Amino acid sequence: MSKENAIEVVSLTKKFGDFTAVDNISFSVSKGEIFGFLGANGAGKTTAMKMLCGLSRPTSGDAVVAGYDINTNPEEVKRNIGYMSQKFSLYEDLTVYENIELFAGIYGMKRKDISRKAITLLQKLGFYSERKTFVKELPLGWKQKLAFSVAIFHEPKVVFLDEPTGGVDPVARRQFWFQIYEAAERGITVFVTTHYMDEAEYCNRVSVMVDGRIEALDTPSALKKRFGTDSMDSVFYQLARGAKRSD
Amino acid sequence: MIEISAYGVSKSYGRTKALDNICFETEKGEIFGIIGPDGAGKTTLFRIMTTLMLADSGTVTVAGYDVVKDFSEIRRIIGYMPGRFSLYKDLSVEENLSFFASVFGTTVEENYHLVADIYRQLEPFKKRRADALSGGMKQKLALCCAMIHKPRVLFLDEPTTGVDPVSRKEFWNMLSRLKNQGVTIIVSTPYMDEAGMCDRIALIMNGRFLKIETPSNMLEQYDRTLFSVRSDNNASLLRQFRGMPDIKSCYPFGETLHVVADKGFDISSLHSRLVSSSPVLIEGIRPTIEDCFMELNEK
Amino acid sequence: MKQFLAFIRKEFRHVLRDKRTMLILLGMPVAQIILFGFAISTEIRNIDTALLVPEAGENIRRLSERFEASDYFSVVSLVSDEASIDGLFQRGEADLVIAFSPGFEESMYSPEGASIRLIADATNTNAASAMTMYASNIINDFVSEKISETGMPPVSGVQPNIRMLYNPQMRSAYTFVPGVMGLIIILICAMMTSVSIVREKETGTMELLLVSPVKPIVVIMAKIVPYFVVSMVNYLTILALSVWLLHLPISGSFWALTLLSVIYIVLSLALGQLISTIAKTQVSAMLMSGFMLLVPVLFFSELLFPVDSMPLVFRWFSDLIPARWYVIGVKKIMIEGLPMAYAAREFIILSVMAAVIMAVSLMRYKNRM
Repeated sequence: MSKENAIEVVSLTKKFGDFTAVDNISFSVSKGEIFGFLGANGAGKTTAMKMLCGLSRPTSGDAVVAGYDINTNPEEVKRNIGYMSQKFSLYEDLTVYENIELFAGIYGMKRKDISRKAITLLQKLGFYSERKTFVKELPLGWKQKLAFSVAIFHEPKVVFLDEPTGGVDPVARRQFWFQIYEAAERGITVFVTTHYMDEAEYCNRVSVMVDGRIEALDTPSALKKRFGTDSMDSVFYQLARGAKRSD
Repeated sequence: MIEISAYGVSKSYGRTKALDNICFETEKGEIFGIIGPDGAGKTTLFRIMTTLMLADSGTVTVAGYDVVKDFSEIRRIIGYMPGRFSLYKDLSVEENLSFFASVFGTTVEENYHLVADIYRQLEPFKKRRADALSGGMKQKLALCCAMIHKPRVLFLDEPTTGVDPVSRKEFWNMLSRLKNQGVTIIVSTPYMDEAGMCDRIALIMNGRFLKIETPSNMLEQYDRTLFSVRSDNNASLLRQFRGMPDIKSCYPFGETLHVVADKGFDISSLHSRLVSSSPVLIEGIRPTIEDCFMELNEK
Repeated sequence: MKQFLAFIRKEFRHVLRDKRTMLILLGMPVAQIILFGFAISTEIRNIDTALLVPEAGENIRRLSERFEASDYFSVVSLVSDEASIDGLFQRGEADLVIAFSPGFEESMYSPEGASIRLIADATNTNAASAMTMYASNIINDFVSEKISETGMPPVSGVQPNIRMLYNPQMRSAYTFVPGVMGLIIILICAMMTSVSIVREKETGTMELLLVSPVKPIVVIMAKIVPYFVVSMVNYLTILALSVWLLHLPISGSFWALTLLSVIYIVLSLALGQLISTIAKTQVSAMLMSGFMLLVPVLFFSELLFPVDSMPLVFRWFSDLIPARWYVIGVKKIMIEGLPMAYAAREFIILSVMAAVIMAVSLMRYKNRM
């Protein structure tokens, strides 16, 4: 197992009764890579991601995430990853600063470190004057930037993003992805699950899951070349059209 | 023939302006797309057009009826699919459809031909409760329910949100078939890549229409130069581009950098201006609706 | 009409498919009646009783047997000296001591009369007064029998003779059955109607109904029908339980009682409509019905406390609580067996209240969002 791989998955399988949600998938993601994990609804993305986050035990197979085995050491996995989803990430009725403080506290950071680091972060984001604003009053684009900053505030080795930028305006989306590239450059591995192909295009490599299996895994440009098209949408369509199951 | 017209429509919630002087007209039998991010005002505009909400100022007519005065006539002739899944989760597929048929005083049998195309795919699951359907199936059922009373105008508020690309593509195909039956369709979406499926689109941001055009004209009228740059050290190139005064913006995009410059920018001069330890591959790229949106939004 | 029927069918499906809620709806009255009837009865039974008997005698024996035979008392110990009484209370062995005076047998026939002291643990005042009352009744009965039996002159120190109107055995079922009816009906009607309307707002289906040619009155009436049926089932369940399980007869006219209940049910359903025009989420509809209805109904409908002994302001306030009038009406018809005319005031007040609430909720129903 290479030291440079942040995620290493070997024959990971999850069964619910007769139903095989995730069917013997293997792949690896290197340190600092932005990895897109694509699939239609019901393809098994969420189940796979839950296993990688240490939330659910695989039926068989193995994975090492952020240096820890998800079978034997799920608690250490959780401590060394960050998580952000579009649906839930921040508490709307807490202020910007309170949210940072809360999530940093959850990961066991010391109060003194939190306040020093939070101020630097807020200044960098240009949010310092908004530190006492309730999150619900922020525009969507700002919320997403803040949510991502909170997810990587404790310097995790891997951060999982679940459909992070759906519905946000293009300008804010580019700023958001710029933030992601910066994090990746610092060595944080970014794992994005999505079924929006415009998000997929930003990734270094993408995998496409169909009916619990990984049907393709490559860079977006190589995939487009292989399927003879100029859009990821069409690549996805060709792969997922034959899917037997949904939801 | 004009099917929908809006003049000077504005609406505020407290101090926030949700809609600011919206004006447009749609032709009968047209697919008119309203495209913009969440919070741009799409849903408010839909609610005003469907008589659910009153505008602060301005007038809207649907099929010649005024949305304020003649709301009950309008309610008879429109179909509406709200932004979230709005069917009865505890009723089965066929129960939902026949309920909505009787709400409009009709029956499924009478108008079956209108939805047959879509409903045939749902028929194997017609006894299934609506909440046990997949995202794409739910959306098809919602479309059937909105169509079952043979509406003249169909309002679809973000019908493809949360639906995977395969179902999205099928959904747009269904819309073009409905269009061929003469139905006028107003559809909103936050996904810029769906613009191409509409006859005309309006880009909306902060309650204002940035532009109304056909998708192809919109792309043609883009007046900037767009190119992608690829090398082994994108990070250093990014910094260099961001320091150049004649470059409007530069951002990472997958394995490449996307660079925006003014129209007439000389790409060939770049090789001499950039410092790079490895070879740099520069290619002109065609703009997308998203690029048009950003250009218009900056103006 | 076809439209209306389609709506009703749909509403019944919602109600019938939600098995868990259905179970709660139909089970709640049964559980309440059983709880009030058996578990948290306000009557007292099996009072731990001690007898202080300085010297044995025929009359003391017979009187003691009567206490033994009663459901209310269980004689747990027999002591002969005054000094042990304190210990009995302190150790919690007795709640009541019946102390015969020294020389009881002889003094029964003397002009001064004999005396019996009743010593009760008064930490629970209600319980203490109830047990002394039960005890006095037993003693009185005994004495009056003795008088007629022997033809001897009445002894002095006659106990006050209390007669319990309508409820001679002071059975608490008489108080709580009308209260439970008032509580269950308003809770089920208001909570379930408001929640089911607000649910449509929350899931967005209300938007679809608004954008259709359906008249608001159709939507509202269709919501009312299934819960009206559920409430009638509950009403009949409570009546059946109280007649056959608690042996509480319907003294007055069943049809008058049913008419009063129908008015009250309609009022409660209208109240649910009104709440649904205010509440934005199902949770807030639930809380609003809970706090706005449950608490006032519990406190001001005579279910727990007599309203007449409340300060004036509260009595005024209680006049606004529909449940109070319903409970009074039910007591008049069901318990006291009075003809309908005697409950005319309750009928009129409830009808007016129902009409007003219905009108307000219809006015508040918006044609737009």
